[in-house]
Amino acid sequence: MPRTALIVDDSASIREMVAFTLREAGFVVLEGIHGADALQKLGDQRPDLIITDLNMPVMDGFTFIRQIRSRPNSKYTPVLMLTTESQLEKKQQGKAAGATGWIVKPFHPAKLLEVIAKVLP
Amino acid sequence: MEFDISRFRDTFFQEAGEHLGEMEAGLLQLESNRDPEILNAIFRGAHSIKGASATFGFENVARFTHAMEGLLDRMRAGTVEPSPARIGLLLESLDILRRLLDAARAGTAPPPEAERGAESLLLAQRVGEFPLDPPVKVRAQDRARANWRVRFAPSPEILRQGMDPVLVLRDLGRLGEVEKVDADLSALPALAAMEPDQCYLAWRLELISEATEEKIRDVFAFVEDGATIEIRRASVPEPPAVPGRNLPGAESGTIRVATGKVDKLIDLVGELIIAQSMASQILTVFQAGDLDRLQETFAEVERYTRELQERLMRVRMLAIGNAFSRFPRLIRDLSAATGKQVALRIEGEETELDKSVVERMADPLTHLVRNAIDHGIEPAAERVNAGKPPSGTIGLKARHQGGSVVLEVSDDGRGLDRDRILAKARAGGLAAVDEDPADEQVFSYIFEPGFSTAATVSDISGRGVGMDVVKKSVESLNGAIGIQSEPGRGVTFRIQLPLTLAILDGLLLRVGGQRFVLPLVSIIESIAPRKDQLRRVASGGEVIVLRGEPLPLVRLKRLFRIAADEEESAGRLAVIVENRGKRIALLVDELLGQQQVVIKSLETNFRKVDGVAGATILGDGRPALILDVAALAEMAKSKCS
Repeated sequence: MPRTALIVDDSASIREMVAFTLREAGFVVLEGIHGADALQKLGDQRPDLIITDLNMPVMDGFTFIRQIRSRPNSKYTPVLMLTTESQLEKKQQGKAAGATGWIVKPFHPAKLLEVIAKVLP
Repeated sequence: MEFDISRFRDTFFQEAGEHLGEMEAGLLQLESNRDPEILNAIFRGAHSIKGASATFGFENVARFTHAMEGLLDRMRAGTVEPSPARIGLLLESLDILRRLLDAARAGTAPPPEAERGAESLLLAQRVGEFPLDPPVKVRAQDRARANWRVRFAPSPEILRQGMDPVLVLRDLGRLGEVEKVDADLSALPALAAMEPDQCYLAWRLELISEATEEKIRDVFAFVEDGATIEIRRASVPEPPAVPGRNLPGAESGTIRVATGKVDKLIDLVGELIIAQSMASQILTVFQAGDLDRLQETFAEVERYTRELQERLMRVRMLAIGNAFSRFPRLIRDLSAATGKQVALRIEGEETELDKSVVERMADPLTHLVRNAIDHGIEPAAERVNAGKPPSGTIGLKARHQGGSVVLEVSDDGRGLDRDRILAKARAGGLAAVDEDPADEQVFSYIFEPGFSTAATVSDISGRGVGMDVVKKSVESLNGAIGIQSEPGRGVTFRIQLPLTLAILDGLLLRVGGQRFVLPLVSIIESIAPRKDQLRRVASGGEVIVLRGEPLPLVRLKRLFRIAADEEESAGRLAVIVENRGKRIALLVDELLGQQQVVIKSLETNFRKVDGVAGATILGDGRPALILDVAALAEMAKSKCS
């Protein structure tokens, strides 16, 4: 069965790039434009991987990650946050919210797959 | 994302080797031909190696090829000229790259000249000529392999952050070899008190890697919060023995086989299984009338087995071109070093023979080619005086002949000097002063160990350097080597090799109740000796006098302590065999005929036996020993001298 990944970002170009890379790697990809939208798209599905931006309208990444961790179907799902090099304190904040790891923007698709390989069995 | 990249390393090294060969060939062409496609092909080779080596974590290889690629790219763009000096530099760089790859494969420290080579390459990218010999800069060996002791006690929360700690251990394994992993269970509570999603485990492990501490710490980036991570450098491990560039067999770990060939093998196994199940079905309800069907089925099994064997043998076959490919470069270097003009003519490079034979022939062939240029080919002026074209020609030819492969290394140089070789042989006691042996015999003296090490450095003496080693290599492959030489016309070395090392063309012999196999290639003749031809010598050995020449005699029956049978004196035969130019006679009871046998190691299955090279199973299911002619000759010599 193909694995399911969820990408959450308000930037369409980042979403597209990540989604394309994940589809090439064999994932079924769900997309959300912010936290609340993503939770709605996810419904009661059990995702294998979640990649989320932090700074988004309506529901930001930290709230989204806490929500994800409180749901039985995604309690232990690897969650990668998209950060920039300057936001060191945001990494800590995200980790505290329950994120598994991070990818520093800008990144190359190969780098994305490399980071995913660190958190997916 | 589960893929273990190290599985593809062998393929990477194989591919890199192929690219190196193509790049070398391309650079040599580039000297006389500025076709942009040649330059493109060389560039692509460097580019592929760069990309793949970065993928496989060989960063020093990637950096070095990046520098090569840079220079090649500027040549492609036309901003720097592919001058002979730059082509020479790129050729040198290929050698360094080869050593870098060898080091990467063996896991040893990269060669120090790599730094300097990379600097030269960067310099050469600038317009104008570059210094050929920039100062050597020694860099601290921060990339050497080290033993690391790592302790990892993850945060108890790790699972709740969506991370499996085992993934971290797997990631560490990508940096090098994880030698030992111990799980620390001491924090594990009683089952009733255990939180299922809390991590109580910790790990200690040993890692051998050339990664820096920083790089190892990077692996823990996502899991360091609330965790205990200790990374200590333990000791620097002894580097494995320096890998030789052309160690025989050292590179022969894998064979690449076309999928089609494998599919055919699988088909054949399928057919065999069908035939076998048909046979067992016939046997379960066997009636006398079924005998025909059973025989038919067995004939089928036999046919498929034979085809399977033949096709499997072919899997091990490699084109001799793989051994020839180094020669264009060698000839270029040697003709530059000797100032002689030499052209190379290769024929039959597609001829296939056993992979290990190809690999083990590379060095002997190099030796012959080197000798031919050093001592055979004359300087241009001398050639013109002799009415020959100024440029000499070295020929490398391969062809199938019957069940064997014939390799020829020829030159159109001055030829062997028969008189000088004979004089030297007489002086060295190899030939009697009054004896005038045939040409063939005279030329064979150059294969004598030490024949050429005499003080006089002459054309002939040079010819002999290491020729005994060449002959030994050929004979160790059950092959034979011969020489043809015409004064002023050149020399041809003719090497006859078996197609494979696994199958031997032998002569089946009977000695008492035992049977032996003698390699066909070593047999000269067989005679029925008269009593008066057999003589005892002072040292206790025996000789047989054949056409006036005394040959050491080995009685196989006595040597292997075989009980005498009734017809003791009946069909006595002496088989004359030759090894390394020495003839001995083996006394046997009967010649049973010529046969191909599959060689099995006696050492692996039993133990080493003097005078025996291996064993085989004959058609009737009984074993026979394969005689080791070289060892028998040694034994006979020590007895009769």
